[in-house]
Amino acid sequence: MTWPVLQALLGHWRRHPFQMVTLILGLALATALWSGVQAINAEARASYDRAASAIGGGQADELISPDGPIPLATYAALRRAGWRVSPVVEGWVDGPGGRVRLIGIDPLSAPPGTPAAMAAVGIEGGILSFIGPQGALLATPATAERLEGGSRPVRAVEGLAPGLAFADLPNALALLDRQDVDRLVIHPDQPLRQSPLTEVAPGLERARPATADDLGRLTDSFHLNLTAFGLLSFAVGLFIVNGAVGLAFEQRRPMFRTLRALGVSSGRLVATVVAELLVFALVAGLIGVALGYLIAAALLPDVAATLRGLYGAAVEGTLTLSPVWWLSGLAIAVAGTALAAVTSLWGVARLTPLASARPRAWARANRQTMLAQLAAALLALMIALGAGVAGHGLLSGFILLGGLLIAAALALPAALTGLLALAGRQRGTALREWFWADTRQQVPGLSLALMALLLALAANIGVGTMVQSFRDTFTGWLDQRLASELYVTAETEAQAAEMLDWLDGRTDAVLPIWDTEGEVLGAPAEIYGVVDHPTYRDNWPLLDAVPDVWDRIGAGQGALVNEQLARREGLAPGDPLPMPGGWTTEVTGIYSDYGNPLGQVILPNGVLIERYPDVDRLNFGLRIDPARVDEITAGLEDEVGLPPDNMVDQAALKAFSLDVFERTFAVTGALNVLTLAVAGVAILTSLLTLANMRLPQLAPVWALGVTRDWLARIELLRSVILAALTFVLAIPVGLVLAWVLLAVINVEAFGWRLPMHLYPLDWLWLGLLSAAAAGLAGLWPARRLASRPPSDLIRVFSNER
Amino acid sequence: MNARVYAHILSVIGVLLTVPGTVLAQGFAGLGSSAVGFDLPDPDTRFTFPEDHGAHPEFRIEWWYLTANLTGADGEDYGIQWTLFRNAIAPGGAPEDQVWMAHAAVSAPDMHLTAERFARGGLGQAGVTATPFEAWLDEWRMAGPSLADVDLTAQGSDWAYDLTFSATGPFVPQGQNGYSVKSEEGLASQYYSQPFYEVTGTLTLPSGAVDVSGQGWLDREWSSQPLAPDQTGWDWVSLHLDGGAKLMGYRLRRADGTDYTVGTWITADGAPTPLNDGEITMTDERRAIVAGRDVPVAWAVAVPSHGVDIRAEALGDQSWMEAAVPYWEGPVTVEGSHSGRGYLEMTGYE
Repeated sequence: MTWPVLQALLGHWRRHPFQMVTLILGLALATALWSGVQAINAEARASYDRAASAIGGGQADELISPDGPIPLATYAALRRAGWRVSPVVEGWVDGPGGRVRLIGIDPLSAPPGTPAAMAAVGIEGGILSFIGPQGALLATPATAERLEGGSRPVRAVEGLAPGLAFADLPNALALLDRQDVDRLVIHPDQPLRQSPLTEVAPGLERARPATADDLGRLTDSFHLNLTAFGLLSFAVGLFIVNGAVGLAFEQRRPMFRTLRALGVSSGRLVATVVAELLVFALVAGLIGVALGYLIAAALLPDVAATLRGLYGAAVEGTLTLSPVWWLSGLAIAVAGTALAAVTSLWGVARLTPLASARPRAWARANRQTMLAQLAAALLALMIALGAGVAGHGLLSGFILLGGLLIAAALALPAALTGLLALAGRQRGTALREWFWADTRQQVPGLSLALMALLLALAANIGVGTMVQSFRDTFTGWLDQRLASELYVTAETEAQAAEMLDWLDGRTDAVLPIWDTEGEVLGAPAEIYGVVDHPTYRDNWPLLDAVPDVWDRIGAGQGALVNEQLARREGLAPGDPLPMPGGWTTEVTGIYSDYGNPLGQVILPNGVLIERYPDVDRLNFGLRIDPARVDEITAGLEDEVGLPPDNMVDQAALKAFSLDVFERTFAVTGALNVLTLAVAGVAILTSLLTLANMRLPQLAPVWALGVTRDWLARIELLRSVILAALTFVLAIPVGLVLAWVLLAVINVEAFGWRLPMHLYPLDWLWLGLLSAAAAGLAGLWPARRLASRPPSDLIRVFSNER
Repeated sequence: MNARVYAHILSVIGVLLTVPGTVLAQGFAGLGSSAVGFDLPDPDTRFTFPEDHGAHPEFRIEWWYLTANLTGADGEDYGIQWTLFRNAIAPGGAPEDQVWMAHAAVSAPDMHLTAERFARGGLGQAGVTATPFEAWLDEWRMAGPSLADVDLTAQGSDWAYDLTFSATGPFVPQGQNGYSVKSEEGLASQYYSQPFYEVTGTLTLPSGAVDVSGQGWLDREWSSQPLAPDQTGWDWVSLHLDGGAKLMGYRLRRADGTDYTVGTWITADGAPTPLNDGEITMTDERRAIVAGRDVPVAWAVAVPSHGVDIRAEALGDQSWMEAAVPYWEGPVTVEGSHSGRGYLEMTGYE
């Protein structure tokens, strides 16, 4: 019995292939965006985990010294006092293919499961290929390539943390020219008795490692951002499915009734419909997951570039997927279908054989429903504001964001109805009054699709404003920050001296850009030195400073900190600033430092050299007449022997920075467009659904003399007007969204606050686009109406069959 | 006692281990290849003490191996093991080319607690000095004015021991004046023992602290050569017999089922008599499933030339050392023509 029922049901799709395509397309799109985003997030997180568990399994605490490196004697003393710790040294090595972060580990004392130690055992030749004077460096194939041809043998090992090279401790110490280590990883399994840390190594502190958690926290905003987009697209996709399923069910009401009359029980009918939907969900889910893979694979290189550029987080640019991901993609497709079809299924279950076979118009404007929605909107708004005022942290920022969007979406039908009522109040022709009243009457049926459109538009405006504001601020800031015309890096200190000799008299100024790394207030930071020069006085982007900041820098006093560090630690000009090495200076200024994941301190150059004699003294900024850049570059190359790669002019550096920026937001842009496209499809399916059911409302108007052509034009206009109104309402929502992104999320996520700029021209384009999309979506139902046989319309007045 | 590291080497050749700690196992495997550049054992070498109690880094492998059979104030029988291995990853004797490994265990009839540590040389984390004597890896330590009088300590996450070892007899060279031959092909090591320790101290167990006293045995051995390729494993005993005599014996198993036996009969005043191949026989009498392997846990040991016909049976069957290189090591009880107690080690049961 089930089979004939199923055959009968499936016959509908044979006659309406486009409906089937819509249904599958909607579901596949929703699943695709969702699972694509999930795949990207999973890949990034796996990369962080690999980086974090590179040493100490990612879970182990560490011993660190606030005063700098830890002598090996301290390590031995701790071991002999019963502390199971393992030394780690870090630094940069220059490979033939560029700089690589080197991590020195001791596989003999490393906690169990340390990936690099496991890898060292697994390589050809075993552990003896890793330890000992001939021991190799281990790195991922991509990183190994950059080290190939250097002074040490290199082995490529899959699955290591990207961007890192690992060496046996003595070899790493030799490569880095060090005799001490940076930290001691604490073995999770400690022995029964051990001497107190304060007795053995009073200078050391126990700390959580800077690991996946930190990297995760740093990049959370980005992933939440992606997830939010994925969820948004999924929700919008479900609107499409809801439309398609609703349409199919309405059109098959006569069939359902007939089947029930033929003796098919309500249970069997529902079961068959469920089976049918399950098949669709699985097919669409499979397509969606496959599409999701393509989306993820296409976006991942950009995502990796973003994470590297914004957070310094290394992520592999290739995708590895687990079966769990495939299954969860299918599951979300099935769950989504269930969600979208639940009301329709309820209708089928309650269908009696004697029920009307006529498609029933969807819920009419119902004052009560609308009030309930408004109340829910108010609740969402209150939750959002509560999170915004009381909460802090990234999550509450996103709750604020989500709450605002939900509130706006829920309030949309009421707002639209209000606007339409206002428009309808103007006296006009009967046709015009009918138009407004009828449009208002249609809002509930279209409300889901319009909500989807609102969300997509608001997200588009909000994210667009954020990115544009960021871009403008960033560009202006780059102009300030990159004030030198030419940036050069000597290969050795001797060459640097030779270069300075040659440059003497050829430049307006040679500004050293010397730096070192250290731990400032418990987190890694860059420490730079500056000389007092008008370049800095005129250009350096200070947000806040003591009045005579540059005079004091000239006198060798104080320190400038970047906004990230100041916000994280609550620093203000005048505050004391403890520095690595156990001395303290004073914060004299705070400057903006966009795009830097690390805290940064700028000291007077003399102080930098005095306190940290081992600073890297190879980088310089040259102030020269821009017209002479080529001449100086050529001179440095020919007469000093500086490789061309070691000289970058201002323009190239700016271009590079902007390129990083653009790639950073390429993903955002792509997701934005995709979401909008999905919203367009949602409107189309909703309109198609409504078109059929609206015949009883249109037939009387036709009978009164309005031609089908006119009716079609009015229908088209209606959808454009609804889209336009939704767009107008989306603008304030989008701007609030942008403000939250700039003033709340950015500060939490990156540690900097950006000024907000408005871009009305972009809105105009978006408005035209959404109107065009709605017009396009309305075109087909309108054309169908125009070419509808008059008999269809007459039949509306006939008695029910 | 040479058997121990040799057996370790054997057990890892061709066997890829997958757990953390694999590190050393692989190191041992590497050792199995060649002795080029290292000193070789010499039949004409005579021990000079205390210098020879210290390390011999010009040799590839070396160990300090202590076991003790103890009786607790609670009347229970206990055993402890403390081992320090030195392995050179390159010839030349440089401290940084030494890799150190230590094993410790405390055993009772129904308990066997173990721990394992590794260290690299040259950092001060592990090493051996002859005068005053000290051998250590991390906080595990054997130290005293001389090797005849040492304090011993080791610990795991939920146990520890602190014992004092005092020798009441001489250090005893094994083999021919300390030159101990391992196979017909002539592979050998330098080998001496101190089987006359009196031991007192405390075991700190998960159930509480126990005062103990008993007898201890030290083996010192160094070499540079691996075992013959066809030697697959090892069964070894060191026994304290009533009346004060000591018996050391082992059986090197070959892949073809035959074996090569070595042993030393030591009188109560410390005079050694080497036992030639075949002079001691060892036959397994009872086997048990230990860590998923079929392992002999009771042995018939016969040395007809000294009137020995005894059965040595494990105090606890499950004395499995789940280390980077797993093996069985635990106390045994002796009955038969002589009674007494001692230690049994077995390797190569994969």
